[in-house]
Amino acid sequence: MYRLTAKALAKRFGSRKVFSDISFEVGSGEVLAIVGPNGSGKSTLLMTLLGEYRPSKGEVIFSNDGSPLEEASVQATTSLVSPYLNLYDSLTAEENLVFFASVAGASVTGKTINGLLSRVGLEGRGADLVRAYSSGMKQRLKYALALMNGPEFLLLDEPTSNLDDQGKAIVYEIIEEYAGRAVVVIATNESEEQRFASQFCRLGG
Amino acid sequence: MPANSAGLVAKTFAVYAKDIRIEFRNRYATSVVLMFAVTTLAMISFSVGQASLDPQLLAALFWIALFFSAMAGLSAVFVREEESGTALTLRLKADPTAVFLGKLLFNFTLLALVTIVLTPLFFVMTDASTGQIWAFILVLLLGVIGLCSATTLIGAIIARAAFRGALFSVLSFPILIILLLMLVTATTRALAEQPIGEMLMELQGLVAYAVVMLTGSLLLFRFVWRE
Amino acid sequence: MWWQWVLFLAMGAMIVASFLTPAPQQQIGESSRIFYYHIPQAWLAVVAFATSMIYSIRYLRTRQLHLDDRGAIANALGLLFAILATVTGAIFAKVTWGTYWNWDPRQTSIFVLLLIYGAYFSLRGAVADEERRAAMSAVYSIFAFPPAVFLIFVFPRLTPSLHPSDTVLDENLKFSMTTDVASILFGSLVLFTVLYIWIFNLAARVYKLEAVRREDE
Repeated sequence: MYRLTAKALAKRFGSRKVFSDISFEVGSGEVLAIVGPNGSGKSTLLMTLLGEYRPSKGEVIFSNDGSPLEEASVQATTSLVSPYLNLYDSLTAEENLVFFASVAGASVTGKTINGLLSRVGLEGRGADLVRAYSSGMKQRLKYALALMNGPEFLLLDEPTSNLDDQGKAIVYEIIEEYAGRAVVVIATNESEEQRFASQFCRLGG
Repeated sequence: MPANSAGLVAKTFAVYAKDIRIEFRNRYATSVVLMFAVTTLAMISFSVGQASLDPQLLAALFWIALFFSAMAGLSAVFVREEESGTALTLRLKADPTAVFLGKLLFNFTLLALVTIVLTPLFFVMTDASTGQIWAFILVLLLGVIGLCSATTLIGAIIARAAFRGALFSVLSFPILIILLLMLVTATTRALAEQPIGEMLMELQGLVAYAVVMLTGSLLLFRFVWRE
Repeated sequence: MWWQWVLFLAMGAMIVASFLTPAPQQQIGESSRIFYYHIPQAWLAVVAFATSMIYSIRYLRTRQLHLDDRGAIANALGLLFAILATVTGAIFAKVTWGTYWNWDPRQTSIFVLLLIYGAYFSLRGAVADEERRAAMSAVYSIFAFPPAVFLIFVFPRLTPSLHPSDTVLDENLKFSMTTDVASILFGSLVLFTVLYIWIFNLAARVYKLEAVRREDE
């Protein structure tokens, strides 16, 4: 049983308070939706959960069966899809995936990569440079990367941005699958995406 | 832990190979740094004219040219990641030590390339005598290692700050001064054809500098990277 | 508050004594009185930079922002005392050797120290996020410390220098350390150190109050 816990989290940039006193606990098989108007700090909260920002107060705990995970294990079991997360433009989709697997110490076969690419609807485009991708295709590729390590923690920031209807359907399918077994956190304002949530965290206003 | 260190080598190589491949496809850093080195050198040669310089002045000019080239290019390997938004992805997926070592190797490759192009040009343009050529090459190698070991961490720091270009020189220069003083002294001796035994103290100093700065960087990098 | 009065009176006495007793170094003459001020300033600069490095290490271990504040205060005071030592040194150089600045090894090393710790504050100015600023400047402060130590303690001894030896027992420029001289110099060191600690604590309190005010907003 994996668990993501936030305890009285607060983040301040200078004198501007982004959010304060955020607490929640999400276990495997649960979906937390972070909702709030634009600029209410949804992305900042996600980044703080991932350690990209250090909280001004409070703490974030990734744990498994009650014992906290070490940094390397958190890294191995966590994936993020976000507008702030990019892949290498001048590498092909396949090269990107192979690189991120090998730099994490994992090996990945061509078959796995083809499987991931076809899952997100990018079959046959693996040898293209990411530079040549449309924004929707890039978003799909981010899902291929996110699913590659079979994450126990899946964090999604605006999960369906830039996607067409077919892309959205693929994402909903992925969320549905992971909602059953992993810790899923979604930052969104789309009601279509909030329907997966088992708990909510409201920011701002 | 042999399995672990073998893993580190593979991961380091993955980062290095990725950066080399991207650099090979775009040639941003290489072209800028090479042009910078050649421009600096041309300016030196132009302003010196036909005057024949003594070894100490030559050594100083040579390292100034190389120092500015390093300042122009060695932060690119981190700045590029931040600007393209791939730093976040790399932070989430990669082992920090492997990232540092891969970037260090990349910087070493870049600066070694610049040195290989710059050095013959330098001798042609200033008409200096090569002196003790092997001693000179040894000093060059230690100098390139020293420059990279001190500036790679600084590159990682400035990639996360504003005013990157200027800040890189401001933060690097005071740390590099000792290195540059030792390099100029050792190079002067090599150009003046003094036997290699004469520069033993500088050579030891250069090795010690690289060891201290590398150890410091390895200990401190994760605090810069995971912040 | 009593000890601040004691400090005030003792410093006054020290300053008077530093001018009324015979000059500490006969060969150099009257200008050698500046030793009573120059040496404590240089000493406090070193103390401050070392203090800052210790706070930087502690910050990276515990991530408490008030430790970062203290590191920054120590570096600011270190910079202040280093500037004072540079100025008093340059005045002494002008009187004794006829020039304010001649890139003597001591002058070179203190100049580079000023650059290092000036760069530290440039870095702080260039990072907006508090936690990130704290971590980056702590790393720089630790990373720059070995070169700084080399510049302070090793470099000046490698190259011939005109600077009177700081062992105070040099063969050529023997410091005639009479009891008077020794006690004034020692007193000056102690009093300046107390002054430093006082300023440091005051500044730390100011930072703390500002942090409290920010959180109340």
